Amino acid sequence: METIVSIKPFLAVIVSILAVPLIVSTRRANFREGWTFLAAFAKFSIIASMTPLILDGVEIEYTIAQVLPSVAIKLRVDSFGMLFALVSSFLWIATSAYSVGYMRGLKEHSQTRYFSFFALSLSATIGVAFSANLLTLYLFYEMLSFATYPLVTHHQDMEGRSSGRKYILFIVGSSIGLVLPAMLFIYHMTGTLEFANQGFIAGIVSPKLIWILVLLFVFGFAKAAIMPFHSWLPAAMVAPTPVSALLHAVAVVKVGVFCILRVLTGVFGTQLLFSFQMDTILLYLASFTIITASLVALSQDSLKSRLAYSTIGQLSYIILGAALLSPKGMIGGMIHIAMHAFGKITLFFCAGAIFVATGTKNISQMAGIGKRMPVTLGCFFIGALSVIGIPPGGGFISKWYLLLGTLEASQMVMLFVLLSSSLLNAAYFLPIVYKAFFCTPEESLFENKINEAPPWCLVPLTITAICSIYLFFYPEPFLSLAKMASVGIFSRP
Amino acid sequence: MSRHFPALIIVIPLISAFFIFAAGGLKKTYCFYIAAAALAISLFSSIGLLLQVLQNKVVVYHFGGWAPPWGIAYRIDYLNGIVLVAVAAISFLNLVATKKSVEKDFTEKIGLFYTLYVLFVTGILGIVVTGDAFNLYVLLEIASLTGYALIGMGTEHAPLASLNYVFMGTIGASFYLLGIGYLYLATGSLNMLDIASILPNIFQSNVVLLAFVICLTGLFIKMALFPMHAWLPNAYTYSPSPAISLIAPLTTKVMVYVMIRFLLTVFTPSFSYGSMAVSTSFVWLAVIAIVVGSILALSQKSLKRMLSYIVIAEIGYMVGGVWLGNRAGLTGAILHIINDAAMTLCVFLVAGNILYRLSGDSFDNLKGLFRKMPFSMGAFVVGALSIIGVPPTGGFFSKWYLISGGIAAGHYGFVIALLFSSLVNVVLFFRIFEIAYFEPSDCPHISDRMDEEGKIFNDAPLGMLVPLMIVAVGLIVLGIFTDTIVTKVIQFAIPGEIS
Amino acid sequence: MVDLLTIIISKYNYWGYIVLMMVGLYAMIVKKNLVKKIIGMSIFQTAIIFFYVSIGMKKNATIPIISHGHDGGERAVHAVDFINPLPHVLMLTAIVVSVATLGVALALAIKVYRQYNSLEEDVIDSLIKEK
Repeated sequence: METIVSIKPFLAVIVSILAVPLIVSTRRANFREGWTFLAAFAKFSIIASMTPLILDGVEIEYTIAQVLPSVAIKLRVDSFGMLFALVSSFLWIATSAYSVGYMRGLKEHSQTRYFSFFALSLSATIGVAFSANLLTLYLFYEMLSFATYPLVTHHQDMEGRSSGRKYILFIVGSSIGLVLPAMLFIYHMTGTLEFANQGFIAGIVSPKLIWILVLLFVFGFAKAAIMPFHSWLPAAMVAPTPVSALLHAVAVVKVGVFCILRVLTGVFGTQLLFSFQMDTILLYLASFTIITASLVALSQDSLKSRLAYSTIGQLSYIILGAALLSPKGMIGGMIHIAMHAFGKITLFFCAGAIFVATGTKNISQMAGIGKRMPVTLGCFFIGALSVIGIPPGGGFISKWYLLLGTLEASQMVMLFVLLSSSLLNAAYFLPIVYKAFFCTPEESLFENKINEAPPWCLVPLTITAICSIYLFFYPEPFLSLAKMASVGIFSRP
Repeated sequence: MSRHFPALIIVIPLISAFFIFAAGGLKKTYCFYIAAAALAISLFSSIGLLLQVLQNKVVVYHFGGWAPPWGIAYRIDYLNGIVLVAVAAISFLNLVATKKSVEKDFTEKIGLFYTLYVLFVTGILGIVVTGDAFNLYVLLEIASLTGYALIGMGTEHAPLASLNYVFMGTIGASFYLLGIGYLYLATGSLNMLDIASILPNIFQSNVVLLAFVICLTGLFIKMALFPMHAWLPNAYTYSPSPAISLIAPLTTKVMVYVMIRFLLTVFTPSFSYGSMAVSTSFVWLAVIAIVVGSILALSQKSLKRMLSYIVIAEIGYMVGGVWLGNRAGLTGAILHIINDAAMTLCVFLVAGNILYRLSGDSFDNLKGLFRKMPFSMGAFVVGALSIIGVPPTGGFFSKWYLISGGIAAGHYGFVIALLFSSLVNVVLFFRIFEIAYFEPSDCPHISDRMDEEGKIFNDAPLGMLVPLMIVAVGLIVLGIFTDTIVTKVIQFAIPGEIS
Repeated sequence: MVDLLTIIISKYNYWGYIVLMMVGLYAMIVKKNLVKKIIGMSIFQTAIIFFYVSIGMKKNATIPIISHGHDGGERAVHAVDFINPLPHVLMLTAIVVSVATLGVALALAIKVYRQYNSLEEDVIDSLIKEK
């Protein structure tokens, strides 16, 4: 495994921070959005340019600052990090375009603040993706928490205030209260925090402590919304929809599961976890979250809430995949990060488009809306297919690998969990689409005229929907990256 | 010239005090510039001294050419080298930042204010730089008296608050003097190094033990360690803002430095940490200080009062770190002296900015402040993140060392107290962020809002903002360069015998 | 028992300063009048000055001024004949500090009086609570 040193990872992280002063200082709204797009394209191109190297088996490193003896703020690009970074940076471009349509369509206030903190959040996300050690991971994780707070509370009303409180309480409270002591304890015991292929904690810490530490990390990274630390997610739906799309497809939640996966594989290692039967408890935590979230989603009338609970369930799919501690399961979990991202962001884009065009938020008021907004609902259907895991949605690929993983790990219960939750997913998504298209003219609440969302909203959601289908047929480079990462994780050090 | 840095560093501000006093009567505008020049020279000397220490390990200066123990010697090593730079930088930055505020609050008494200011800085710098125990008392009292006077110049209950501070502070300083007396009685010397060389022969003596205890008690009173903290909230709340942003970052932290100096240099670690029972109980005392300070801060309704309780909790951090007795704990404590001084300066400067523009600093006054004073609040956010302990600000790294020290010593109470304090700080600061960020319910949209002066954007003037920004950026710089500071300076400040 | 008494009596200077210090502390804590507290503070500081001076005392020694020596200052100075001058010097400084503290405290007390028209702590506290 060759490692080269290059400033590209650092550039990828800071290009959007550098855009912030430009965003803040421009007077004309179009120029301001222009800076955002420029930053987004620049970020994506830098990250994409590193992909060929990564696919060749090279890893790229960059040390930003040495801050503690034997621990530095350091970036390392490997296949898993590249997968996440590609997904995030690509989808930022789409989200920025969508934001233009959404924010202008609703004549939202404080757009400069919105776009600047968006840029900061993406910096933090890429920082997490490229973290080489636990300290850097923690740094960018916290940066993300604080950078997304003004986005979640954008509307500055009473709802926003209480949701913001929940957000900070759960996310910052758990990271300071659980992750920080765990990280410090590990540093105290081992003297290092660098991620290594089979972890670096084996043999140094006693089994009981390993259990405690794993649980501290799993619950400490509350962005992964594992129950019972999940309630911040539905509360965060008060944010403008592009923020929810970003939070629930790309940045915040995927950062949560990414961190858990990184820690499980890079600090503890699959062999260690297997030898202490940690997989069982993780599997049961994940499946509990999946089933419960899917059941709650059935009862939600607000579209965004239903999508939020769906996300909570889908995130635990990723944890489940990793917890199977088998190569196929790991691939499934990792690639689900990508597939779910594209699918879910399409769904959220559609929800927002519906709100912009008609002002509707609740599913019960969406009967017959397919006649009015066929493209939007069509893309919603495609996104739903992907999340449920039905071809030609890309999510089928990740579900397939997850199922193979359960067989590989001989976890039949998990196989059952996966299948039943897929049924539940279908149960809470497909009726929406059915009602939207196939209802009688009396039931329909909308006229038969086509009156879509503004083009700035429509185009991004169509693109992400097409991507979901495209990824079914050609899941590269995500699948290769996931396979590479899985091989690396399960190989002997 | 550079040979005389140790003397210049306090003589220049001392002499300038007379000139400022004269200028206060003759031409008021000169007062600021004389003070600024004096403090700039001190800052320059302190940096020069630190560079000399980095080269030569120690710088010793004999006043009047008299060798110790007959003469007074100033001794700068790694420990006070860096604290000296921090103190000089903070006093200078604060002077520049509060110029407009002083002109507004003290138009008649500018000369008097700046005289007191410069004398206070003289005292504080002297405490850090001196190597003589009695000289320390003198400078301590110089700093304290000027501090009392500065605080007493404030509004409402300031005179009473200051008078209570006078009582407590005098008891503290007198105890310190008494302790020095016992040390003199036992060793016959007043020079710190000389005492340190004589003490090991008489460690069993009760006199030495008594001296240790009495000195420590005096220092604890002066640094507002629980339960001797009662003077601090009132004194800090009613003090005028330009004064408090000088006093708050410096007084208590310098007292922690004095304690470290006595523990490590005078009494040596083998004696100071000799009794596990004593060390552990002091760490528990620090734990109580942290918990009580944090909880009391939650019930406060005004910004400065809340910040003063946070100061009390921060003192607990440092005292606990010192008494853990291991390298990580001491590193954390010394690092925290610097970081805490910087972040206290940051938040108190913001409070000063707020008081400059608005009528008060109770939470009701803070509504919509992110829109009105974005730059000040931006700096406040950075200061808050440092106090909470979020990387990459310096506050995170000193907490890192402190918690590591706690884990290494097996003192999990201290670890839990630190984490608890961080979480409480999150709540404390996010309460303020909420008030400052969310519109009041009677005014739905920001473009209709005007404040008392009829302006929407009404941040402090540039002269107050620029130093504040420098401090805020400094907090992040301190964090990123933590390793440099620790490996180049602090590592050598701690005696080798401590692991 | 006799030994104990001997020790206690011979250390009379320490008892003296401890008693003075306690008196001072008592006044500072218990008395309600601000001026009485200030006086207590002064007594407290004086006790410590007293302690320092007393530790320099020696039997059969005279004050540390050369012309007052047993030989009238004609011969070389025998340190044995003079009490230790260093504590006296130190205490000169300490007395100055004490006086300055007294000045600051009294100035603050005047300000307090002007503000609340009373020097009794409980009266002032009730006035503050009313506001």
